[in-house]
Amino acid sequence: MSKHFFGDTAVLTGRSLSHIMRSPDTIITTAVTPIALMLMFVYVFGGAIETGTSSYVNYLLPGILLITIASGIAYTAYRLFLDMQGGIFERFQSMPIARSAVLWGHVLTSLVANLVSIVIVVLVALLMGFRSGAGVLAWLAVAGLLVMFTLALTWLAVIAGLSAKTVDGASAFSYPLIFLPFVSSAFVPTETMPGPVRWFAENQPVTSIVDAIRDLLAQQPVGSDVWVALAWCVGILAIAFGVAMSTYRRKIS
Amino acid sequence: MSTHTERSREPAIRVQNIEKSYKELHVLKGVEFEVARGSIFALLGSNGAGKTTVVKILSTLLKADAGSASVNGFDVATQAGDVRESISLTGQFAAVDEVLTGRENLVLVARLRHLNNPGRIADDLLARFSLTEAGGRKAATYSGGMRRRLDIAMSLIGNPPVIFLDEPTTGLDPEARIEVWDAVKELAQGGTTVLLTTQYLDEAEQLADRIAILHQGRIIVNDTLAELRKLLPPAEIEYVEKQPSLEDVFFAVVGSDGAVGTSRTANGVGPSNTTSNDAAGADK
Repeated sequence: MSKHFFGDTAVLTGRSLSHIMRSPDTIITTAVTPIALMLMFVYVFGGAIETGTSSYVNYLLPGILLITIASGIAYTAYRLFLDMQGGIFERFQSMPIARSAVLWGHVLTSLVANLVSIVIVVLVALLMGFRSGAGVLAWLAVAGLLVMFTLALTWLAVIAGLSAKTVDGASAFSYPLIFLPFVSSAFVPTETMPGPVRWFAENQPVTSIVDAIRDLLAQQPVGSDVWVALAWCVGILAIAFGVAMSTYRRKIS
Repeated sequence: MSTHTERSREPAIRVQNIEKSYKELHVLKGVEFEVARGSIFALLGSNGAGKTTVVKILSTLLKADAGSASVNGFDVATQAGDVRESISLTGQFAAVDEVLTGRENLVLVARLRHLNNPGRIADDLLARFSLTEAGGRKAATYSGGMRRRLDIAMSLIGNPPVIFLDEPTTGLDPEARIEVWDAVKELAQGGTTVLLTTQYLDEAEQLADRIAILHQGRIIVNDTLAELRKLLPPAEIEYVEKQPSLEDVFFAVVGSDGAVGTSRTANGVGPSNTTSNDAAGADK
């Protein structure tokens, strides 16, 4: 690790954060789709969905937050792709900086941007009647899970941004991730789904993460869900990080 | 101490038998040249001749398949970090951050070069490149010439001893081209070694102390302009009616402030100082 790693990462994070500050539409569009989904599910479909809980918005919010993150990281891939296309990337690579700082700048920016989007979505959910009596520790656990999920998907986005050939390709990889929560316990209990779909829904990462967050917010015992959720996040993060770094090394050598 | 003096006696750039292929395409087939310290060296060649590949190898962005190269006495393959400390690269497509202002671009590079007082460095360079007034605007709003000037200004930060300019004037209009030429000349006066690639003969003629022609993967000629001229058949004297070139017409019409049609030298270049001032004025 270069002696300037932290300084360079801070400078480059500042750079891409100022990009976001100057076009805050990327944060707003990230938040708009999940909010629209939340409105539709709560006020249109919600009445017909039997979740066994009193408040559907409470039931729905964890899944909506994951959708927010999945659509937010598309911008990370997009911004990285644009840097790679322009000469600025080569300029950075020909300078005496810590080389991985270029990626970390985008990763930390992604984390900040997604957290801002999440806060916006949670505020809207509060207006729609979302309530939680969860304590500080439970909220910290929720935040921790969301941060891990964001980092895991962000490193996936880095792979996409590094290897995409077109702008569309750089963001298209996020579509399946956005739809993954639909085939999980995010909107409806998995018990209503037919056999194979139910099996998939119950064994894919989103369900365990959604269940863990939901239980934490509802002050229910979380059981093993939180560890399964964490294992998924760490596993995806480790693999995505490894692949992204080796893609990057191949790109710059 | 002794290594330092050895280093300063070495040529700024030494390229020995460099080869590079992209899949089956054998772009460089044994390129060799040296660039003396403080000189301007032009690498001339047509599109696709491999000029950019040479620059990328020298600036540690690409690895050569064979051969060796050193910049400022450091081997590009084994001492890449030291090479990066010694160089600046201005690529073919102006490498500025369009979302940031001109000043922020300069501050960014100064920070990444770990210099003190990035703000003052930025302000000095803005003044030197006649960009002070535009410094607070997003680089996306700059004209091609301004953008390239900003790009070159970014390359000067930290005073690297060697600067690579990859086709610095491609896509620029005549006025902007002369602005860039002036900037490059100023650089070399300050003792910086400049390697520039170009496909324009007149650009090499205007700027370079030494010109090398890269053709089909090899340097086929490497000499001063005067020596290169001797390669040509002896001059014949012909009397030809001088028609104004399109460039003459352009400068006559655009002119210097209000003085439309003032005399320009026949080759359309003219006294470069006035031109650059005009151009800076036109940008505002």
